[in-house]
Amino acid sequence: MEPLDGNAIGGLLIDVFGAEMTGVVGTCGYCGDTGPVAGLVVYRQAPGTVARCRVCGNIVMVFVKVRGTTCVDLMGMASLGQPGAA
Amino acid sequence: MSPISRGFHRRRAPEGEAGRLPPGQYLTEGFPVLSAGPTPHTPLANWTFSITRSGETKGSWTWQELQALPAETVTVDIHCVTRWSKFDTGWRGVSVDTLLDRVEHDGSYVMAFCDGGYTTNLPLEDVTGGKAWVAFDYDGKALAPEHGGPARLLVPHLYFWKSAKWVRGLDLRDRDAPGFWETYGYHMYGDPWREQRYAGD
Amino acid sequence: MAGTAVRGRLTWQVATVAGLTRETPSVCTIELEPPDWAGHRAGQHLDVRLTAEDGYRAERSYSIASAPGERLSITVERLDDGEVSPYLTDELQVGDELELRGPIGGYFVWEPGDGSPLMLLAGGSGVVPLRCILRERVRTGSDVPARLLYSARTLPDVIYRGELGQHHDGVEVSYTLTRDHPPGWTGHTGRINADLLADTAWPAAANPVAYVCGPTSFVETAAAALVGLGYPPERVKTERFGATGGP
Repeated sequence: MEPLDGNAIGGLLIDVFGAEMTGVVGTCGYCGDTGPVAGLVVYRQAPGTVARCRVCGNIVMVFVKVRGTTCVDLMGMASLGQPGAA
Repeated sequence: MSPISRGFHRRRAPEGEAGRLPPGQYLTEGFPVLSAGPTPHTPLANWTFSITRSGETKGSWTWQELQALPAETVTVDIHCVTRWSKFDTGWRGVSVDTLLDRVEHDGSYVMAFCDGGYTTNLPLEDVTGGKAWVAFDYDGKALAPEHGGPARLLVPHLYFWKSAKWVRGLDLRDRDAPGFWETYGYHMYGDPWREQRYAGD
Repeated sequence: MAGTAVRGRLTWQVATVAGLTRETPSVCTIELEPPDWAGHRAGQHLDVRLTAEDGYRAERSYSIASAPGERLSITVERLDDGEVSPYLTDELQVGDELELRGPIGGYFVWEPGDGSPLMLLAGGSGVVPLRCILRERVRTGSDVPARLLYSARTLPDVIYRGELGQHHDGVEVSYTLTRDHPPGWTGHTGRINADLLADTAWPAAANPVAYVCGPTSFVETAAAALVGLGYPPERVKTERFGATGGP
């Protein structure tokens, strides 16, 4: 199963952030690459959803839904711009 | 309140034997590939499996050395936390007992570590006593990379996220610490018969 | 848009299936009547959720095929081993209910005010959001020059063929068939690659904006080829579907 991209988690991001996020620019905390969230490499076929930096492959976002609550880990992102700035 | 989608159902699979399917699971005929990252490809010439403890390597086997150990063929049911189960899967691998018997070891827990950085934690007693293998053949053929090849941990009595793909070793611990999915809320133990999917279950 | 919830955009609603059109043997367009649709922008998608009698749920995303202002529709390709798509293409009937939410997506969108020449690259069912963009272009009277290069397995697999054949006024549509082509075929054959794009894509000097959509491997190849032709990466927008053409 090939990975998707950040477009595929558009709805999930709205759930979590309350705003449209696919056009928001993020910075990878490992390699410094910047780009829209839509460009992240997304794996959804797992116990959770994982987004990786397209350049270095490190995990920048993890989403796990436990009993209706989504746990969000953005520790792999050095920064995430303002929603709606795209 | 979601409406029922007329005529929609899960992928059909043959009815399982009563009592063989853990609660909340459904039977699948396929073998879904679940992954959180790209498939690693470590050349066998570079591959090793290690037992470590506090930064020290207690024992290590190259691919050839692993293949030279006594191996077992087992047929087991497997249960994924995403609710699919598969009966009578056939594997061949080296029992974790065989590996641990060859090293001095202590500790009560292990953290399995893998190519790609994945980790998962288990009590030592759940990978011993004939309950776990380092498996390298599935269904009579070499384990495919997307299913964890060249070798994965196989611990069928727990949810299948504990059967770590692309396993490279076990780190012995005194205390139980959460691995990758456990850190995000998956259950520390993961017994499908008690439906221990998430922390607190 | 600031981080405030917009009624009807973030919440699930139950739409009635108002029409079904078989586009190809494995592709169906589903017209929907949601009770509270806030409108959408060309390129966005919506999420669909199905619930079985035993409570089992499955969720998938589908690009919106209709232009803003038209009756809402999605176009779905049946994946052979799919769980949701065969239900949508083969089981769904007019009058059934479908839970959906949307529109979703702020990156892979096209606004008529953007005056850049449009370069659209479609792989299989990746043509759906690009067809939406072309319909929006027509609906708003935009005159930006547009080129669509559509890669499909065979001619019968081409979705919206009649409609795409009707574009004149500044829209050029060309096809490349990858698996089989009819005798006398004058279009392209073979998978999209750098050579084909060098011949068919707007030159980078025209400052085009590109939208590339389809299976992940298709998008990787096509987008990289455009960048290789000098398209700045930020001018190549991408949307990757699953390996067999849909999420």
